[in-house]
Amino acid sequence: MQGSGINVLFLGRNFARLLEGLWVTMRISIIAVLLSIPLGILFGMFMTLRHPVAKAVSRVYLEFIRIMPQLVLLFIAYFGVTRAFGWNWSADFSAVLVFTLWGTAEMGDLVRGALQSIPRHQYDSAAALGMTKWQTFIYIIVPQTLRRLLPPTINLTTRMIKTTSLVVLIGITEVLKVGKQIIDVNRFVYPTASLWVYGAVFVLYFLACWPISVLARQLEKRWR
Amino acid sequence: MALDWEFITKYAPLYVEAAKLTVFIAFWGILLALVVGILCSAAQYYRVPVARQVIAAYIELSRNTPLLVQLFFLYFGLPNLGIVLSGKACAIIGIAFLGGSYMAETLRSGLESIDKSQAESAASLGFGKWLTMKEIIFPQAFAVSVPGICANVIFLIKETSVVSGIALADLMYVAKDLIGLYYQTDEALTMLVIAYLAILLPVSLLATLLERRLRHAGFGN
Amino acid sequence: MATENTIQLEVSGLRKTFGNDIILNGVDLTVRKGEVVVILGSSGCGKSTLLRCINGLEPTDGGSIRIDGEEVTSGGRNLTQLRQKIGMVFQSYDLFPHKNILDNVTLAPVKVQKRTKDDAREEAEQLLRRVGLWEKRKAYPRELSGGQKQRVAIVRALCMNPEIMLFDEVTAALDPEMVREVLDVMLELAEGGMTMLIVTHEMQFARAVADRIVFLDEGKILENLPAETFFTNPKTQRAKDFLQTFEFRKETS
Repeated sequence: MQGSGINVLFLGRNFARLLEGLWVTMRISIIAVLLSIPLGILFGMFMTLRHPVAKAVSRVYLEFIRIMPQLVLLFIAYFGVTRAFGWNWSADFSAVLVFTLWGTAEMGDLVRGALQSIPRHQYDSAAALGMTKWQTFIYIIVPQTLRRLLPPTINLTTRMIKTTSLVVLIGITEVLKVGKQIIDVNRFVYPTASLWVYGAVFVLYFLACWPISVLARQLEKRWR
Repeated sequence: MALDWEFITKYAPLYVEAAKLTVFIAFWGILLALVVGILCSAAQYYRVPVARQVIAAYIELSRNTPLLVQLFFLYFGLPNLGIVLSGKACAIIGIAFLGGSYMAETLRSGLESIDKSQAESAASLGFGKWLTMKEIIFPQAFAVSVPGICANVIFLIKETSVVSGIALADLMYVAKDLIGLYYQTDEALTMLVIAYLAILLPVSLLATLLERRLRHAGFGN
Repeated sequence: MATENTIQLEVSGLRKTFGNDIILNGVDLTVRKGEVVVILGSSGCGKSTLLRCINGLEPTDGGSIRIDGEEVTSGGRNLTQLRQKIGMVFQSYDLFPHKNILDNVTLAPVKVQKRTKDDAREEAEQLLRRVGLWEKRKAYPRELSGGQKQRVAIVRALCMNPEIMLFDEVTAALDPEMVREVLDVMLELAEGGMTMLIVTHEMQFARAVADRIVFLDEGKILENLPAETFFTNPKTQRAKDFLQTFEFRKETS
């Protein structure tokens, strides 16, 4: 008996399994974003230091992370480091590590950009009012920086969610993998299952990312 | 880390072949993405009814889903509708589908950055709509968009790394294969990094030069 | 002056609204060949809108505009044809930043009028020399001062051999010391017999250049007089008040 592929989605726990699969990557993205934000803020401040060594180090880090495809970084962490040092990192741990490193670089660059976009005279006029460096930073610079930072930080989250879809390629069972299992099991009953299952995965990702993108855009509009 | 040079020299040609595939997919995908982007941004700029809404929906869909998922749908899903595409075709279409929206957004903001008065002063000289677009608006918008376009190009080349997911023998695929077969992880990964650097560094350098050149020639009335 | 000449521009009953705001409320204006008409009025009186309507940059809501007897309709088919007869210079110069000075001037003659490059270049050279900017032909707009840019903008419009020139507050964005060089070019044009319609806030210049002054207030023409009469003996109180705002006296004694 051959049925319409769409039914396969609602067979047994199939749909719930897909959602669980999506959660696997979502969880990795959420952890990575939560770690990237504080680390990125520190990294961004570090990048604004005028020290030549600090500049060189942050530059190399940023450029390397940026120019390498994230999948290459994942391979290095998962296959390379594991073997080279004999550490047995799980795929999940490698993924969180790589995406945090990547997120820190991206977040750091955002923070650096926001800090440097504050015009010089803001510092000067704060100093003219007799504020200390620290007071200037807390009361003048940070509030202005935050406004500029929030929309791109939210955007970073959607980028993170999209990019974590790569983890299936280092063998983590996430939504695509679950989808493949469902398709394989139902191959003979529902030969068109792959259309519906991968279509559903596509829609699920869209539903996860789109609201966040819209939120970022709204904030950007309001705060322009 | 001591590398096995014999292994490297033996398998380097595999990487060269794979790099060719990566570049091939990136080149055609990005070219198509630019075409899609130009058409979409022009339609949005001129507020063409219906097309505008369709394009807005496309941009949202394309920007809010991962390329890997788009490729799975194209490669494994579509054959059920009788649409069978080769892996290469899927990869190129996937890059164009993803990149098209990025290019469209970049170009649209470039177009919108050109002052309305430019079009008016062209009109007052007797330029028609098409001539104004061709001679006045688009060249300026394109120049403004160059940094964004360069960033998109680099982003899209990097994105091609996921095509190994639909069994295309690109750089990632070869590296994974070698690791799986011979456990020569260090060598396989080193060659992988070098191969990507060899592709991306020149592009990135070119982009920096181009941007500097444009900033130097910075327009601004 | 040549007031007996043929009618070049005829505006009748022109109306223009933006939402609920009436910008032009029945404007009638005739400009003859070789005449220089300056439009005065406080800001927001519709002066600029009038010029923009004449050039078909704004759709109108009633009335008609005729150039050489031909109707100007925004978006109309013959508009690009008609616009070649009208040269317009804007407050913000609006040179094309991606083209050098010579290309700015010759682009429209070549692309729109399909003249040969040599022909356009020859005329451009003549005009650029006249305003003293031939040496700058290879420069880009950003390398020029505001006054220089505005002179190029005038040349760019002139190179199309228009029959009438519209000037929309062309000195308003300039530094004071650059106003003169632009006004001199305009004066020279006027003396050469060009038909001109000028919106400006430079009263002295208006008095010197104009054959006729049109005083616009709340979208209507209140006065339409020979220049000297307007400045020495305006008819309406509004015009008197307007002229007053440009007078400065020490009122201590």
